[in-house]
Amino acid sequence: MHTAHIKPTLESWREEARTLLARGVPPDAVLWCQAGDEPSLFQAESFPSPAVDSPAPRVPAAFMDLARTLAAHADERRWGLLYRLLWRITHGGERALLSVPTDADVRLVEQWRKSVSREIHKMHAFVRFRLTGRDEATGREQFVAWFEPEHRIVRLAAPFFERRFAGMDWSILTPEECAHWDGERLHFTPGVPRSAAPSEDALEKLWRTYFKSIFNPARLKVKMMQQEMPKKYWKNLPEAPLIPELIAESGDRVRNMLATEELEVKPAPQNAYLESLRRKDNPEL
Amino acid sequence: MDLQRKLEILADAAKYDASCASSGAARKDSRGSRGVGSTGGVGICHSYAPDGRCISLLKILLTNACLYDCHYCINRRSSNVQRARFTPDEVVQLTLDFYKRNYIEGLFLSSGIVQSADHTMEQVIEVARKLREEHHFRGYIHLKTIPEASPALIERAGRFADRISLNIELPTQTGLTRLAPEKNLARTQEAMGHIRGKIEERLADKRKPDAPKPPPFATGQSTQMLVGADESTDADILQRADALYTGYRLRRVYYSGFSPIPEPSKVLPIKPPPLVREHRLYQGRLAAALLRFQVSEIVTPDAPHLDLALDPKLSWALRNRAQFPADINRAPREALLRVPGLGVRNVDRILAARRHCRLRLGDLLRLRVPMKKVLPFIITADHTPARLDLDGDTLRQRFLPPLQQMELSLDGPPPSAADNASVRTGEL
Ligand code: SF4
Repeated sequence: MHTAHIKPTLESWREEARTLLARGVPPDAVLWCQAGDEPSLFQAESFPSPAVDSPAPRVPAAFMDLARTLAAHADERRWGLLYRLLWRITHGGERALLSVPTDADVRLVEQWRKSVSREIHKMHAFVRFRLTGRDEATGREQFVAWFEPEHRIVRLAAPFFERRFAGMDWSILTPEECAHWDGERLHFTPGVPRSAAPSEDALEKLWRTYFKSIFNPARLKVKMMQQEMPKKYWKNLPEAPLIPELIAESGDRVRNMLATEELEVKPAPQNAYLESLRRKDNPEL
Repeated sequence: MDLQRKLEILADAAKYDASCASSGAARKDSRGSRGVGSTGGVGICHSYAPDGRCISLLKILLTNACLYDCHYCINRRSSNVQRARFTPDEVVQLTLDFYKRNYIEGLFLSSGIVQSADHTMEQVIEVARKLREEHHFRGYIHLKTIPEASPALIERAGRFADRISLNIELPTQTGLTRLAPEKNLARTQEAMGHIRGKIEERLADKRKPDAPKPPPFATGQSTQMLVGADESTDADILQRADALYTGYRLRRVYYSGFSPIPEPSKVLPIKPPPLVREHRLYQGRLAAALLRFQVSEIVTPDAPHLDLALDPKLSWALRNRAQFPADINRAPREALLRVPGLGVRNVDRILAARRHCRLRLGDLLRLRVPMKKVLPFIITADHTPARLDLDGDTLRQRFLPPLQQMELSLDGPPPSAADNASVRTGEL
């Protein structure tokens, strides 16, 4: 049995995998071991890392794409799974493996890839910035958010925020890694505890007002809401505490509407524009 | 009136509009600018209300005062609802404040009609202009336009917006005359034709080699049709939608179930919203768009309404059993698309996989195909459905949901937790 000690990054895995492949070590003879999760290990490293000199085995581009996403998955078994796929593609004569969606490994890897992509998408959706001040020198507004992603996706998710919020300074803090933008540079620092993030923003009151008012009580679909916005995200969403009361009140609100007496039609007011519409609709008038 | 109260009134006034999309815009972002905003990726839903609807845009009215008298609408002039009005600056500030906190993808601005269509359009456009020109806002802007507004104003709206829409409201003029007396189907379609022309003109300009980049223009238009307010059949609705998609290249036709409102009208008594029907209509539309069904296959002169109990594809399959079973290992793509339980993605996966091996039930299971649904309709290397199964009367019974799920009554006992919710959701 060969034990591969790697840092939890794609680069580290790739380097190790190349060596193992070159030596012809089959996947079931490797024990993948992720070095201690201290973020300091990969914090200093640039992303993506410099090329390694051992000759690279030729793999389909789709595989590297997949590996990049999968490397962010929280499950430690991802390294072994990736190596098994790599082995089958390079040594098992299954070059087209990734296009066999019914294969059990491909199926699993596809599920994990989806789970990572979904989490990135949810991070784009559910991060909530809070205003912390204004930079005196540049006049730029500064915002900070707290988020708890399920996978190691901060670096994968951050470019979106850079494109979208270029004109303001922002930080996204998470327990594993933090991303920062200052108008020039996107950079990453080790994770922090939740207490490092601001706990409120004056605008949240208006946001909650909006959330409450845009809800239509006559169309309650709680299951649908939870499918798209699972409860695990609620604790960091300023609007989520309203949900139980909105659900509870909805029955009465609808019954009240249904019991309301219907209103008579009021006559049209004097208005030149309305008059012109009437003439268009009835040219003979 | 303070901002909070205005927001309450003017968001409430806008919530009956079903559209929420923020996708399909041209790619742009804030890098290198002092502003914020990006569009062009997939749309993002930043939150969900307990009605299951995506919250992606700040969807509000500039004012809920209105000269028109659409009887399904809370803002009609005969309603006694409290009226409010934002200043353009208030909307601009609110949009930016929400956007910078990552609550929204952008703004969906609409308005009740005050003074005249042109006056109203000018106010709405002014908000978009300020956002774009004074604040360098590159997020998503959807403007609702008014068919009767002058073409020049609609064009101007399109310059600042990513999407513009005009609501068709009802599939027939008869319905409009009774329920939205100021609205006119022909005028709305004429305006849609004009917008389509502009969108295509810009696309053509963009493709010209060496020509300077044309000024931005909305990349799509959409509309909304109300379901359940008038007597229109599902066939009326689907055919109208089909005509709009092909005739005006709409990005999206939204079906909005007529929903109870406070302040109901004598002309149109309120009733519980037809949620299942709305859902089936979307499925019917999807079947036409993705699965290559003709509208006339899904709804027929004898059966102009979709079956509420079964999805349109399944009910088509039950009416056309002679076309089954389909052989998973041999049938062409079009035939597989028509198998109940197989979606586009799984059909494509099956096509990819069967190049490598003959597929068995276990393979379908791994693709997470709903086995109970597909089994009567398919052949695999290790499965052939019993003839009896496909011909028997029991097949339809087998797919019917339990009876109590079909009740959509809202005036039953007070909501009792989850089961009541599922009754109303119509999630069958
Ligand atoms: S035009 Fe009709 S639908 Fe629009 S706000 Fe006025 S009354 Fe409502």
